[in-house]
Amino acid sequence: MNFDDTPEEAAFRQEVRTWIQANAPHHLKEALSNAGFGSGPTGIDTMAEAKAWQKKKAEAGWACLHWPKEYGGRGATPIERVIWGQEEGVYSTLGGSFIIGHGMCGPTVMAFASEEQKRRYLPPLAAGEEVWCQLFSEPAGGSDLAGLRTKAEPAKDGSGDWIINGQKIWTSGAHYSDFGILITRTDPTVPKHKGLTMFFLDMRSPGVEIRPIKQVNGQSGFNEVYFTDVRIPDSQRLGAVGGGWQVSLTTLMNERLSIGAGMSTGFPELLDLCCRIETANGLAVDDPAVRSKLATWAVRQSGLKYTGFRAISALSRGEIPGPENSIGKLVAGATMQDIAALALDLQAESGVINDPEISAANARFQAMLLRSPATRVEGGTDEILRNIIAERVLGLPADIRVDKDVPFNQIPTSGARA
Amino acid sequence: MNFEFSDEQKQLRNEARRFLEAKCPPAAVRQVLEGSEPFDRALWKGLGEMGFLGVVIPEEHGGLGLGYLELCVVAEELGRVIAPVPFGSSVFLATEFILAAGSEAQKAKWLPKLAAGEAIGTFAFAEGAGAVTPRTIKLQASGGALTGVKIPVADGDVADFAIVAARTAPGNDERGVSLFIVELNGPGVTREVVETIDPTRSHARISFAGAAAEPLGAAGEGWSIINGVFDRAAVLTAFEQVGGADRALEMARDYALERVAFGRPIGSFQAVKHMLADMYVSATLARSNCYYGAWALSTGSSELGEAAATARVSATQAFQHCSKNNIQTHGGMGFTWAFDCHLYYRRSNLLALNLGSLSVWEDRLIERLRAKNVA
Ligand SMILES: Cc1cc2nc3c(=O)[nH]c(=O)nc-3n(C[C@H](O)[C@H](O)[C@H](O)COP(=O)(O)OP(=O)(O)OC[C@H]3O[C@@H](n4cnc5c(N)ncnc54)[C@H](O)[C@@H]3O)c2cc1C
Repeated sequence: MNFDDTPEEAAFRQEVRTWIQANAPHHLKEALSNAGFGSGPTGIDTMAEAKAWQKKKAEAGWACLHWPKEYGGRGATPIERVIWGQEEGVYSTLGGSFIIGHGMCGPTVMAFASEEQKRRYLPPLAAGEEVWCQLFSEPAGGSDLAGLRTKAEPAKDGSGDWIINGQKIWTSGAHYSDFGILITRTDPTVPKHKGLTMFFLDMRSPGVEIRPIKQVNGQSGFNEVYFTDVRIPDSQRLGAVGGGWQVSLTTLMNERLSIGAGMSTGFPELLDLCCRIETANGLAVDDPAVRSKLATWAVRQSGLKYTGFRAISALSRGEIPGPENSIGKLVAGATMQDIAALALDLQAESGVINDPEISAANARFQAMLLRSPATRVEGGTDEILRNIIAERVLGLPADIRVDKDVPFNQIPTSGARA
Repeated sequence: MNFEFSDEQKQLRNEARRFLEAKCPPAAVRQVLEGSEPFDRALWKGLGEMGFLGVVIPEEHGGLGLGYLELCVVAEELGRVIAPVPFGSSVFLATEFILAAGSEAQKAKWLPKLAAGEAIGTFAFAEGAGAVTPRTIKLQASGGALTGVKIPVADGDVADFAIVAARTAPGNDERGVSLFIVELNGPGVTREVVETIDPTRSHARISFAGAAAEPLGAAGEGWSIINGVFDRAAVLTAFEQVGGADRALEMARDYALERVAFGRPIGSFQAVKHMLADMYVSATLARSNCYYGAWALSTGSSELGEAAATARVSATQAFQHCSKNNIQTHGGMGFTWAFDCHLYYRRSNLLALNLGSLSVWEDRLIERLRAKNVA
């Protein structure tokens, strides 16, 4: 049991380190390190800087390095990708807008698009020249994704094209994306998982309308996307007609494999605050009530870190990491929310101040308070993750589903739009 | 990175599991719970024959001369079956004290017997309710003889000798605490069994009235030796706890699949599913933290203090969490004497206290993290 690199891994790490040292945007380091959770760094044009860094990486073969070379990657092993992530460190946070494209859309395109399409779309996606989004969730289909209603129908002109009508919601980055993968319903007369079909489309297609949604934290990272008679050529279909559910599973499965340094919980930042801020009983870190909470979060943070290390070890041995990885977001989201609440409590009256210039710790805990609720919802809610653990890890029965075998257009709904 | 046990260590795990499944079924634990024997003597003898009592004891002293990772593996397996034997007292504590501070003569005298299971050792520390601090060590040592009372002493009724923390200089501070080895069958020692929350692990009150004692380690060094040994024992105990947590989770899962209510297995109710998912989460975090502890222990890392406290806090929480919700999953059946759930519930709460309670370890953890944060 050791944390040491194999000689090959060590050589690779050295190569990465040397390149990053010579090429990283060092002038952004401070702004990136001080960024409030989920609110991005202040004072810089993040998208422009992110694209510049991504392009530089791509030119040197460090973008999406686990992808094959012909699609813009480096053909790196999973463990090399992890090493890259560890070494990229704070600069990796610049690439937040690319996560969905690189982590979910790209692998889906890779698995289901034609060879010609892969060579056309994947390299610019890897290089950050074209940004992709994921058009899955709808008002009537979030956790119950297969309940989605956006329609795709064959065009009446016999062209073989598809005509899309409907609405997506919570689409992160739709407003700056060039392309998107879109799941639709092509057959409402069969049970809901069977009538779905996946496409990708140009976000500038006529009939696509994007409306930003203002979030709890005041930002607008996600959007409503409306489709009115949007035309998509059949060549942009991913997978079979009616096979959209299986395609979406590929997309979602790839999420599990993107393991990195482990999710942050805010614990190191909280400990640091507790070593500096006074309560009525002296320094917060000396207060027994605070200590007990700190200890609980400390062991969660460290448990996540070392669970990640176990996954990396599996990768290093050429194995696929086990299901224990699914606990990351479940633990980190709730912990972060609790940590933010205690951090504000310790700041007492001043905890209300949400201004990086004057709040304790750059208002990072205020940002965390206002962003952490989303962590518990996005990409699978806490409840859905518990279901997944219970069913796929522990082998408990699936929830009873009254709608499973019923034709989609006969399922009772709330607020249904035909 | 290789943050996993090796193939040889996994093989050792299989061997230990096979042995314990044969020699320590729930009926054996129950035998101790309900019978008059304070521990399972046949199992103890068998563990000695397998070499499991002397995993880290050097070969020259009759042990296997293996490393701490191997001992962690064995500890976890003993925890899974909640083995009713004085393993923690004799192996995690007495053996570690002698390895850490014993003279060559003391090692030669005790280690071979410990490895073979011919002698049982324990550690006599607490002198009543409340966290043990240098101030609460009142038992007096003078002129090679001890006077005072230790309670509770794990396995104090069956141990052949005890490492005893005693006061050798007036005052309250840690420099006045020293360690002694006392043979418990000699004159000046009286022992009474005390009833505990887990009768499968016996405890005693030991009164010393001028009992003959031999110093272990230098005078005044007791407290720092204890801290060092406790960190090591904390990692080993954490593995025992994680073994128990995993088993409690499996019991709950199996019952949830088999018990039917409202026309369906109770494991199909989300309240039950989510409770079990949370048990899985805490057991997984604890296991990963234990690996961190094992790494620090086996490599002699300077991070051992932090790693040990992390593993100990995490594993204590996980075992308590899993054992109580195992009862909940079993409903009324879980509260019966006849079902095994309570054996795990008892053991999880006993182990949570044995080596200093959760709040004591939380304190230690934060002290250590804080020192690192300042540095
Ligand atoms: C910041 C953010 C970014 C997002 N980005 C994207 C994106 O880019 N693309 C995209 O497609 N989607 C995106 N989403 C949408 C996200 O995937 C959904 O919000 C999420 O899956 C939950 O769906 P919902 O909002 O419809 O909530 P619902 O499914 O209506 O859930 C409401 C509540 O009911 C609970 N619930 C629902 N079903 C069950 C069940 N079976 N058992 C127990 N409890 C249940 C949920 O846990 C939750 O507490 C984003 C969301 C957020 C917050």
